[in-house]
Amino acid sequence: MENFLGANKDLAIDAFIAVLKIAVIFNALLGLFSLMTYIERRVLGFMQFRRGPNRTGPFGILQPAADGIKLFFKEELMPEGAHKFLFFAAPVVALITAYVSLAVVPYGGPLVLPFYGQVSLFGRPINLQMADLDVGVLFIFAITALGVYGIVFAGYASNSKYALIGGLRSSAQMFSYELALGMSWVSVIMAAGSFRLGDIVAAAERANPWVWFIMQFPAFVIYMIAAAAEVNRTPFDLPEGETELVAGFHVEYSSMKFALLQMAEYINMITVCALASNMFLGGWLSPLPGILPNSPLWFFAKMLFLLFVFIWVRATVPRFRYDQLMDFGWKRLIPAAAIWVVFFSGMTAFFGEKKAPPTTIATTVAPAAGQVSR
Amino acid sequence: MILDVILFYGAAIVALASGISVISQRNPINSAFSLIVTMCSLAVMFAMLGSGFIAVLQVVVYAGAIMVLFLFVIMLLNAKQDEGDRAGGIGRAAVFLGIILAVQSVMVVTKGAQTLPEKHAVTVSADVARGLFSSPRFLYAFEATSILILSAMVGAIVVARKEKGK
Repeated sequence: MENFLGANKDLAIDAFIAVLKIAVIFNALLGLFSLMTYIERRVLGFMQFRRGPNRTGPFGILQPAADGIKLFFKEELMPEGAHKFLFFAAPVVALITAYVSLAVVPYGGPLVLPFYGQVSLFGRPINLQMADLDVGVLFIFAITALGVYGIVFAGYASNSKYALIGGLRSSAQMFSYELALGMSWVSVIMAAGSFRLGDIVAAAERANPWVWFIMQFPAFVIYMIAAAAEVNRTPFDLPEGETELVAGFHVEYSSMKFALLQMAEYINMITVCALASNMFLGGWLSPLPGILPNSPLWFFAKMLFLLFVFIWVRATVPRFRYDQLMDFGWKRLIPAAAIWVVFFSGMTAFFGEKKAPPTTIATTVAPAAGQVSR
Repeated sequence: MILDVILFYGAAIVALASGISVISQRNPINSAFSLIVTMCSLAVMFAMLGSGFIAVLQVVVYAGAIMVLFLFVIMLLNAKQDEGDRAGGIGRAAVFLGIILAVQSVMVVTKGAQTLPEKHAVTVSADVARGLFSSPRFLYAFEATSILILSAMVGAIVVARKEKGK
């Protein structure tokens, strides 16, 4: 045992730190999710001159707990003729994909506490990020693409026409808006020269967060619209559309399975806001560079503001009709994103810093590739 | 390393089992679900080979985009069970191609490289980009492929339009 630990000590420490981070982020998200359900109903209430939930606890703050307990004790229903396996799998798929995509989002640089300094565990500095992937942005794109299956399977497995229509609408909507979403990232990736989210924030720091924000503003607008469609928020919540589809894909779900679907939806919303905060708003960089220090709190403030914007939009913008949704996605948003990509790459080619062509790597890659093709 | 071994065999078993499930299921939705699982476990394999970029592309393109379209069509047509005509000409062609593929894979295993090179480099996405774009060797092929895809897209639209006009 001693020997085993000796050989794998590095691995064991890495695994321990990773598990610790996962535990912290998992529970933090759980808390943020329940808080978001409360904040959303409260803010919506105030915006519509209502009160919102205010009975449980001071200002109704215990409402999420009450909802959770209620859902726990509800009866689990399964509709007749449902696809049993997929009916169970759908909420699980939805929730897992929602959580996994947050693994690559950085919340800050190395953890530095005031009055304490750099925090390290077993001689390792703690980075506020679970996995620093080279393909971070693409990874999130991939996992979001898988996330649609949670909704599609939920719609199919329920054996109900409303749920099926909800699932169909959702898949059509998501792959229509995924294109614009992906294209809105291109200019950011081009300016940063990397898919790594940490590098993108570093590029924003080099350029000054405000310059970065203004430079990427059109992409930011396109991103926020496409992201709202991607996470099925109003005005793009046609998969749910309660006036026409009752509740869309989750109409047959009850009890904790319903709670899981709901949770996946909110966590997806948190993910897209966290991503926007990192890519467009400079993440944990302070908005007044040099005056206020950089801190993970800035990241959370920006993220919460974007979440507030989503609630704000829900309170003010009516739902699209289905043909309007498709028209807007394919005829307005995607062309706008394409024009921005062409414009931005043109500007980068003419005015961007000239980098020396990477001759050394070209020569090393070409012979190696030659071997493969033989 | 023990972790690699567990990951490899885990992904391999899942890929094989779900691959068999794709062709043995009667409900097309189950087949589609199995195919998604296969694609994802293949992505795990790519990631283990040190190519995170290819792994992510595998998920984005195959497990994400293509399978969503598949599912969309299956759900739109509401294909419930297969009609039992799977042993037609396509079935025979599939058996024929399967035998060729099996022979080829046996030959690859016996004659080709049996192990990975000890130090297979981790490929970062920037390397992929440089390999593709900084030497003309792959650049023309890449651009030609994009024109091919574009013409396929235009072709699909033309075919769809014709049907509408009739």
